[in-house]
Amino acid sequence: MAYLNITELQKHYDNYHALRGINLKIQEGEFIVFVGPSGCGKSTLLRTIAGLESSTGGSIDLDGRDITELASSKRDLAMVFQSYALYPHMTVADNLSFALRLAKEDDAVIKEKVSSVSASLQLDKLLERKPKELSGGQRQRVAIGRAIVRQPKVFLFDEPLSNLDAALRVQMRLELARLHKKLGTTMIYVTHDQVEAMTLADRVVILNAGQIEQVGTPLELYRSPNSRFVAEFIGTPKMNLIKLDGLTREGDMLQLKLMDTLIDFPVARVHGPLPSNATIGIRPEHLTIVSDSGDLTGRVELIEHLGSEAYTHIRLANDQTIIVKAPARTEIKDGEMIQIRVDRDELILFNESDRVFSVVPEEANHE
Amino acid sequence: MKRSITRLLMAPSVILLLVWMVVPLSMTIYFSSINYNLLYPGRNNFVGWMNFEFFVTDPGFWIAISNTLTLLLSVLIITVVLGVALSALIDKPFAGRNVVRVLLISPFFIMPTVNALIWKNMMMNPVYGIFAWISNSLGLEPIDWLSNYPLVSVIIMVSWQWLPFAILVFVTALQSQDTEQKEAAQMDGATGWHIFRYLTIPHLARPIAVVVMIETIFLLAVFAEIYVSTGGGPGYDSTNLAYLIYNQALLQYDVGVASAGGLFAVLLANIVAFFLIRAVGKNLTV
Repeated sequence: MAYLNITELQKHYDNYHALRGINLKIQEGEFIVFVGPSGCGKSTLLRTIAGLESSTGGSIDLDGRDITELASSKRDLAMVFQSYALYPHMTVADNLSFALRLAKEDDAVIKEKVSSVSASLQLDKLLERKPKELSGGQRQRVAIGRAIVRQPKVFLFDEPLSNLDAALRVQMRLELARLHKKLGTTMIYVTHDQVEAMTLADRVVILNAGQIEQVGTPLELYRSPNSRFVAEFIGTPKMNLIKLDGLTREGDMLQLKLMDTLIDFPVARVHGPLPSNATIGIRPEHLTIVSDSGDLTGRVELIEHLGSEAYTHIRLANDQTIIVKAPARTEIKDGEMIQIRVDRDELILFNESDRVFSVVPEEANHE
Repeated sequence: MKRSITRLLMAPSVILLLVWMVVPLSMTIYFSSINYNLLYPGRNNFVGWMNFEFFVTDPGFWIAISNTLTLLLSVLIITVVLGVALSALIDKPFAGRNVVRVLLISPFFIMPTVNALIWKNMMMNPVYGIFAWISNSLGLEPIDWLSNYPLVSVIIMVSWQWLPFAILVFVTALQSQDTEQKEAAQMDGATGWHIFRYLTIPHLARPIAVVVMIETIFLLAVFAEIYVSTGGGPGYDSTNLAYLIYNQALLQYDVGVASAGGLFAVLLANIVAFFLIRAVGKNLTV
């Protein structure tokens, strides 16, 4: 039995079907990240779990208790909002203790809890300040502190870092990861930033148009996506997708025709019916620039030097542009004709309805 | 060089505004110090403080001051309390909300004279007014509002006139309240009342200060409603300072005493403004 169990969750708005049957099991202590493009339903899902939106079907169980119809304050959840939603007319101390005071807890207990939380978040010197006298990062910490004070069963985060500048965002991301290690509480985190998803999550839930596209650890999603949507969504720069010019079976090998080249692909790595044609997906780091006998040829259009590596944009013979990751001090120049080798093990095949019908071998473990 | 040109270009408007203010004020001061009765022209000799003495010792003077302040405070309390309550009530979406909002705001478009006439003839009239009809249909004696409760009647009319202004300001202010804050409070276990008490009221502190200040300016000078409905009476029961001045100037033709009264009104407005700004002005400085 999972800790948080979401079954067939539906959410209809007047003329919009926001959640189309969400099924998800979350274990205690997991850090789950909902990620997806805007309008995919990730925030709606979070708000429905929080009880800020009512569901129109399905159920939510938390720790063996059905909370689908419960008021949000009775669900044992705490939420950190995108705008932090601090109470502007209260001091930091009052913000932190608001829920406890409403629950009529003992003054001494409240004081004790507030001081321990404020100490752990380095807020103890700010307790008498109002939210408008705090910096963005400090407000963020107060918002998190306000959630921690209640000792909820699950923390919900609604894009909490999107209002911070880039440097602070990286720092807060680390603090959140540390916090999760320390508290060990279940956390659900919504973001549209796939880097946040990859770095924070135990498991990532990718949503698309109100449905779960795929659930898995960050590395599973990265290496073996099960649809074109996931493949393109995860990873920067994006996975290269090239439409094949033909697909034939020769014994226990598939022959993938890619312009002038034939690439062999073992049939053992394919499941489901064989489509008549397919698209291959290959990440920039699984393409290598070679001096001869490459699989693809193309002309270098642009090189982006990132210091640690360089992304080479290459125009192929069929006029498509792909990105190849090259070493930092590459000798390649703009306009040069080059050859590219494809790493067979990391090749992914998509059928015509954009689903993956190949598997990545387990042992493909490159040193 | 550049500075003097700007000053030169600003001069006409500044001078015009100055003249606009200084001429009436100095004429009022001048009239208040001479014997100036329209019934006895040509005898405009200097009389010193006599006009002030007359005005202050007028039997209606202290009644008018107390009526002015009663009217001001009652209308302020009614419009702010009811205004906050009604705005909070219509803040949540419901069917026909826009119509309700327009209806709530529309009394503000009605001019004070018409407002007073409507209340006097259609609502409060003891024979065919709506209040009389309600009393009659309940088997009660109809109340003659304007003769028995003249000041209360004026307070009702003026409140009706100014409630829409308060609602307009508060509704706009409520729309700028952060919904995530309310949701956060909801998750913290706050009831609707808690949210109203701890989030909405503090959020409205500044709009309330604005409403109180602006209404004060206009409420100190209420005239049309009194003139049209009660005529300041019976006796001095619904006479305020503005009406007393009018009474001196145009019913007793004594411009000198009326001018002295006008200066008292300026004084009273400044005293009230002083206390008001001390009381609510701190909400404005953020």
